[in-house]
Amino acid sequence: MNLENFLIMRHELVLTIVTLILLIAELSISDKSKHKIIPIAIGLFTINLIIGFLPTISGSLFGGMYQTTALQVTMKNILNLGVLVVLFQSVKWLKEEENKIKISEFFLILFSTLIGMQFMISSGSFLMLYLGLELATIPMAALVAYDRLRTKSAEAGVKLILSAALSSAVLLFGISLIYGTTGSTYFNIVGSVFTSNSLQTLAFIFFFSGMAFKISLVPFHLWTADVYEGAPINVTSYLSVISKGASAFILLIVLFTVFKNIVEIWQNLLYVIAVSTMTIGNLFAIRQQNMKRFLAFSSIAQAGFILLGLMGANITGMTSVVYFVFVYIFSNLGAFGVVSVIYYQTSKENMDDYNGLYHTNPKLSLIMMLSLFSLAGIPPVAGFFGKFFLFTAAAASGYYWLVFIAVLNATISLYYYLLVVKAMFINKNDTPIAYFKTDTPAKISLIICVIGVFIVGFMSIFYQYFQSIGFGI
Amino acid sequence: MVSMENNLNILLLLILLFPLAGFLFSGLFGKTISKLVVGILASTAVFIPFVFSIILAANVSENVISLRLFEWIHFQNFNISFSLMADPLTALMLLIVTGVGFLIHVYSIAYMQDDESFSRFFSYMNLFIFFMLILVISSNFLVMFIGWEGVGLCSYLLIGFWYGDHENNNAAKKAFIMNRIGDLGFLLAIFLIFTTFNSLEFSTVFANASQMISGNSTIFWITLLLFIGATGKSAQIPLYTWLPDAMAGPTPVSALIHAATMVTAGVYMIARSSILYALAPEVLGLIAIVGIATALLAASIAIFQNDIKKVLAYSTISQLGYMFAALGVGAFTGAMFHLTTHALFKALLFLAAGSVIHSLGGEQNINKMGGLSKKIKVTTFVFLIACIAISGIPPFSGFFSKDEILSSLFEKNPLLWILGIIGAIMTAFYMFRLYFLVFKGTYRGSEETAKHIHESSKIMIIPLIILALLSIIGGILGLPEWMGSRHFLQNYLSPVFKNSSQILHETKHLVISEEYILIITSIIGVLIAIVCSWFIYLKRYKVFDAKIPVVFRIFEKKYWMDEIYQFLFVKSTLWLSDFFYQIVEIKWIDAIVNGVGVLVVSTGRRLRYIQNGYTEFYVFMMVLGIIALLFINFLIR
Repeated sequence: MNLENFLIMRHELVLTIVTLILLIAELSISDKSKHKIIPIAIGLFTINLIIGFLPTISGSLFGGMYQTTALQVTMKNILNLGVLVVLFQSVKWLKEEENKIKISEFFLILFSTLIGMQFMISSGSFLMLYLGLELATIPMAALVAYDRLRTKSAEAGVKLILSAALSSAVLLFGISLIYGTTGSTYFNIVGSVFTSNSLQTLAFIFFFSGMAFKISLVPFHLWTADVYEGAPINVTSYLSVISKGASAFILLIVLFTVFKNIVEIWQNLLYVIAVSTMTIGNLFAIRQQNMKRFLAFSSIAQAGFILLGLMGANITGMTSVVYFVFVYIFSNLGAFGVVSVIYYQTSKENMDDYNGLYHTNPKLSLIMMLSLFSLAGIPPVAGFFGKFFLFTAAAASGYYWLVFIAVLNATISLYYYLLVVKAMFINKNDTPIAYFKTDTPAKISLIICVIGVFIVGFMSIFYQYFQSIGFGI
Repeated sequence: MVSMENNLNILLLLILLFPLAGFLFSGLFGKTISKLVVGILASTAVFIPFVFSIILAANVSENVISLRLFEWIHFQNFNISFSLMADPLTALMLLIVTGVGFLIHVYSIAYMQDDESFSRFFSYMNLFIFFMLILVISSNFLVMFIGWEGVGLCSYLLIGFWYGDHENNNAAKKAFIMNRIGDLGFLLAIFLIFTTFNSLEFSTVFANASQMISGNSTIFWITLLLFIGATGKSAQIPLYTWLPDAMAGPTPVSALIHAATMVTAGVYMIARSSILYALAPEVLGLIAIVGIATALLAASIAIFQNDIKKVLAYSTISQLGYMFAALGVGAFTGAMFHLTTHALFKALLFLAAGSVIHSLGGEQNINKMGGLSKKIKVTTFVFLIACIAISGIPPFSGFFSKDEILSSLFEKNPLLWILGIIGAIMTAFYMFRLYFLVFKGTYRGSEETAKHIHESSKIMIIPLIILALLSIIGGILGLPEWMGSRHFLQNYLSPVFKNSSQILHETKHLVISEEYILIITSIIGVLIAIVCSWFIYLKRYKVFDAKIPVVFRIFEKKYWMDEIYQFLFVKSTLWLSDFFYQIVEIKWIDAIVNGVGVLVVSTGRRLRYIQNGYTEFYVFMMVLGIIALLFINFLIR
C-alpha cells in the first residue's frame, strides 16, 4: 500500500490504529490506573481529527469498493469533531467508580462504530455499505447497554439489537433485490441502470426502510425514545447526533448517486415521511418531562426537517443538508452537554428539576437557551440558517405546502423548546439545583458548541465550502 | 461626493455597533459598576446613533446610501448578502427608534432605579434597539427577518422581566408564540420571494416586481403572507390579543416596544414593500378592511378597560389599525406620518402613565385613582396634551396625521371614512374617560397610598416634557395642502413611494371645500365625545344605570377573544398531544401489544418476560410502515 492509498483511506486507517493502540494500552495498564486511558484516548483521537483535516485526495480503492472525495472527507471531519465533543462530555461519567474497569471499552466500542460509519460514507458498493452498517450497529448495542447493571440500559441494548436486526434484514433484502435486477452491487453501475420498474422500486423501498430506521424516521422511529432514555446520556447524545448525522449523510449520498434515476419516486416517499416525522416527533415531544426523552423526540422531528433538504434534489439541497447537520451537531450537543453535566452532578433529568436554574447556574442556563434556540431555528443563531437553507431548497423545488407544514412544525417546536427556557429562567423553585462547578473537559465541549452555534451562522465560508464540494442531480 | 458617501455609509455600521456595544457592556460588567453609570452609558449608546441618524436623514434623498458588510452566499445567480442601506423611509424610522428610544432610556434610569436587575434591564433595552435598527436598516428581507425575530426575542425577555410573577411569564410566552405565528407568514413569504425573484435584496426584488403586471398571483401570495407577518408584529386582527397582555412588563418597555417602535414594524414592512402591494389590489383591500376593523374593535374594548395600561394598549392596537387602513388605501405617506406622530404621543402617554403608576406605588386600576391633577401637575399636563393629540384636535400633531388618513379613506370609499370617524370619536371618548378618571374628580384609592403621592423626579419629567413639545408641534412634518403649505413628509418620502403611487395612480383629489367639511365633521364629533365623556365620568350622569347593559358586556369581555383562542389553538394542540401521549402511546400501544402478543409467537413473546418494553410492537410497526410505503408507491400514484 503506497502513501497515496493511505491518504485516501486515512480516516479509517488512523482510527483503526488508534483503536489498536488503545487495546494494547488497556492490556498494559493496571486496573488501578485505568483512568489514564481517558487522556490517552482523547489525545489520540484529537490527532486523528487533525490528520483528517490534512489536504484531501479523491480516489477509489479496492476496485471501486471504497471511494472518497472532498465531500466525504468533509462529512467524516464533521463527525470527528462531533465525537470529540462527545468524548469531552463523557469524561466525568467515565471517572465514576462503577465505570473504572471498563473505561477503555467505551472508547474501543465507540471508535469501532465510528469506523463503521466512515466506511459507510465512503462505500462505493452495497456490500461495503452493509459491512459498515453492521460495524456501526452491533457494537452500538453494547455501548447502549454500557451501564449493564442498570436494567433500563441493558433493556435498551436488547431493544436496539432486536430492531436493528430486523432493519438490517429488510435492508439486505432490498440490496439482494437490487443485485438481482441489476447484476451489480457497485454504486456507479447500479446508478446508471436503475429504473423505476416495479421490482426495482420494491428494492428501493426495502433499502430505504432499512436506512429510515437508522435515522429514526416515522414509522421506523419507535425504538428511539426507549433506547435514548435507557442508554447513558453520553451514548444517547452520540446516537442522536453523530449516528443520526452519519446516516443522514449516507442517505444523501446514496439517494443522490445510486437512485438518481428515480428521483420522483423517492421524492414522493420522502414527502409523506417528512410530514409525518416532523409532526409526530413534535406532538410527542410536547408532553415529555424527562429531558433525555424530550431531546429524543425533538431529534426525531429534526430528522424530518433534514428530509426537506433531500427533497430539493439539487446542489442547494445537498449543501443545505450537510450544513444543517453541521449546525445540528453543535446545537444538539450543546443541549445534551448541559443535560449530562447536570445529570452527573445531581442525578436530575426532569424538566421540573430545571426550574430556577438560571438563578443558580446562569452560564449553563444561557448555553442551554442558546442551544435550544438554535434547535428551534431562531435567528441570529446558526440553527436558523440551517433551517432556512433547508426550507429554501425545498421551496426552490416547488414544495410550497411542504415548506408551509415545516414552518408550522418549527413554530410548534418553538413552544416546547420554550418550555425548558421558561423552566430555567422564569419558573420559581424553592429548592433549585445548587450552584456547582462544571468539570473542565465538559466546559471545553460546551465552549466549542457555543462558538459553533454563534460563528457558523455568520461565517458564510462554511456554506460556500460545502457548496463548492457538493453536487446535485 | 464619492468620499462623502463613503463616510456616510460607515455611519450605517456605527449606528448598529453602539447599541450592540452597550448591550455587551451592561450585560457583562453591569453588575460591577454603579447603576447611574450603566444607565448613562446605555442611554449614550442610543443617543450617538440618534445623532448619526440625523446626519443620514439630512443626506438621503433620491440617492440611497448602502453598505455591503459581507457576502453571505454567492453562487451563480444565488445571492444573499448581509447589507445595510438607508433611504428616506429608513431615515425616518431611524430617527423615531433612536430618538424616542433615547428619551425612554433616560426616563428608565429613574423609573428602574430601585430594581435589583437594573443592568439586565438596560442590556435588554440596548439589545432591543440593536435589533430594531437592524430591522429598519437592512437592505434585504433576510437581514430584516433577523431584526424582526430579534425584537420579538427582546420583547419576550422584557415582558417576562419581572419573572417572579406567573402572569408575566404567560404573557411573555403568549407574545412570543403569537408573534411566531405571524413570522411563519413572513418566512413563507421570504421563500416565495426568493423562488420568484432569485434574490432577497430590496432593490432587485422591487425593480423586478415593478415590471410585473398588477394582479399577478405570485405577488398576491407574497403580499398576503407578508401581511400575515405584519398582523403578528403589529397586533392586528386576528393576532392582536398578545399586546394587551404584554403590558405585564415594566412601563418603559411598554412605551418603547409595545407602543412606539416594535409594533410599528409591520407598518414599516408593508410601506417598504409598497411596490409589491401596489401590484396586489385585492390584498390592499383586505388590509384596509382588517385595519379599520381592528381600529374599531380595539377602540370599543378600550372604553371598558379599567387598567390604565390596558386602555393604552388597546388604544395602540386601534391606532395601528388606522395606519393599516391608510396602507390599505395606498396612502403610504399617511401611514408613516401617523406612525411618527403616534410614536411621539403614545410614548408620552405610556411614560406619563408610568409616572402615575410610580407615584401611586404600583397601582394600575383607574377606579382607585382620581383627582391626581392637584398632586402631580406636570404629569397631568403632559398627559392632557397627549390626550388632545391622540384625539385629533388641531393644532396638535395627531390631528394632522389622522386627518390625512381620514381624507385618504374618504377618497377611496366614504364608508371607510364613516367607520374611521366613528373610531376617532371612540378614541376621544375613552382617552378623556381615562383622563377624567385618573386626574380629575376625587381620589378613590386607599389613604395609605394617598400619603405617598408625589411628582416623579426630574430625570423622568424632562423626557415627558420633550415628548409633549414634540406631540404638539409634530404636525408640521405634514401640514396639509389646504393650509397652503408643502407637505414636508410627502416630499421627503416621495423617492421611496414614487413607483408604487405611479402604479396606483391616485388621481382623485378632494377639493378644498370637501376637505373642510370632513375636518369640521370630525372635530365636532370628537368634541362631542369629549363632552359626553366629561358628563359621564366626571359629572357622573347615570347613563348606564349602575349596571352595564348586555351589549357593552361584549366590549368589556373583549369579545371573548382570549377564551376563543385558548380553546381553538392552545387547547386543541395540547389535546392532540395528550391524545398521542395518553391514548396512542399508552393505551393503544398497550392494547395492540397485548393483542399482538397473542399473534406473534415464541421469540417476541418470551422476550416479554425478561423486559417490560414492547419491542415486538416496534418491529410490527416497522413492518406496517414498509407496507404503507409500498402502498403509497404502488397504489396511490
